[in-house]
Amino acid sequence: MDIKVHVRESDEDAYVVELGGEIDVYTSPKVKDAITELIDQGHYNLVINLEKVRYIDSTGLGVLIGGLKRVREHGGTVNLVCTNPQIKKIFDITGLVKIFGIFDDEAGAKKALA
Amino acid sequence: MNAPEPSLEHLGTVELRIPSRPEWVAVARLAVAAIGNRLPFSVEEIEDLKLAIAEACTICIQQAGGIQTIDIVCDVASAHLRVDVRDGRYRTLAEGGAKRPSMMAVETEGLGIFLIQALMDNLEYNVDPHYGAQLVMTKRVGA
Repeated sequence: MDIKVHVRESDEDAYVVELGGEIDVYTSPKVKDAITELIDQGHYNLVINLEKVRYIDSTGLGVLIGGLKRVREHGGTVNLVCTNPQIKKIFDITGLVKIFGIFDDEAGAKKALA
Repeated sequence: MNAPEPSLEHLGTVELRIPSRPEWVAVARLAVAAIGNRLPFSVEEIEDLKLAIAEACTICIQQAGGIQTIDIVCDVASAHLRVDVRDGRYRTLAEGGAKRPSMMAVETEGLGIFLIQALMDNLEYNVDPHYGAQLVMTKRVGA
C-alpha cells in the first residue's frame, strides 16, 4: 500500500498535484497535507492528476472535497484528471462529477482553470 | 440480520480479525477481494467489494474509540457473498447482553455508508458512538 505525491508548478499559473497509488484512510492524510500546504501558500488553482491512482475511498474523496471548498473561498478551483473507469464510477455514484471538473488529460484540466 | 437462505449452497466461512488501525484496512480489502474471486464476480464487482469492505472498516475505526480490533466474517455461498464487519466493542457488548438499538435505528451520515449502499446489493448497519459499529452487506452473483 503506497501513495506517491508529486507537486509541480505549471505554466498556466496553477499547481499540479500528481498522485499515484492508493488513496485510503491510511494514505489520505499525506494527500491532505500536500493540498493544504499549497493552499496555505496562496495557490488556489489546482489540478489534481489521478491518472496513476488505482484506488480511492471516501476519505480520499473527503480530502478532495475539503481542498475544493477551501480554494473556492478564495475564488479558485480544483480540476481533476481521471480516466480510470472504476474511479470515475465512484465520482458518478457520489454525484461529485457535478462538483469537480473532471478531465481526460492534464492539458484540458489546466486550460479549464483559465 | 438475515440468516443464509437454505436453498443456497454454503461454500464456507472465512473469519478475519485485523487491528483497528488505518494501515490494516488494505489487508481486509485484499482478503475479501481474494474471497470474492472464489465466486464468479466480474472484475468490476470485485472492485466494488473491495471498496465496500474498506468503507466498513473505516467506519469501524472512526467509531472505535480505542477499540483494538475489527472482526470480518465472510459467508460464501454459491449465489452471494455476505460480509459482516464489526468493531471489537460491538461484539463485546453483544456478548455481554447489552441492549442496543436495532439495525437501521441509528441515523448515520457520511459518504462511506452511501457508497456501500450503492456498491452492494444489501446493507444493514448499526453505527453508534455508544454501542459500536456493525455493518452486514451482501453482494449477489450476477445481480
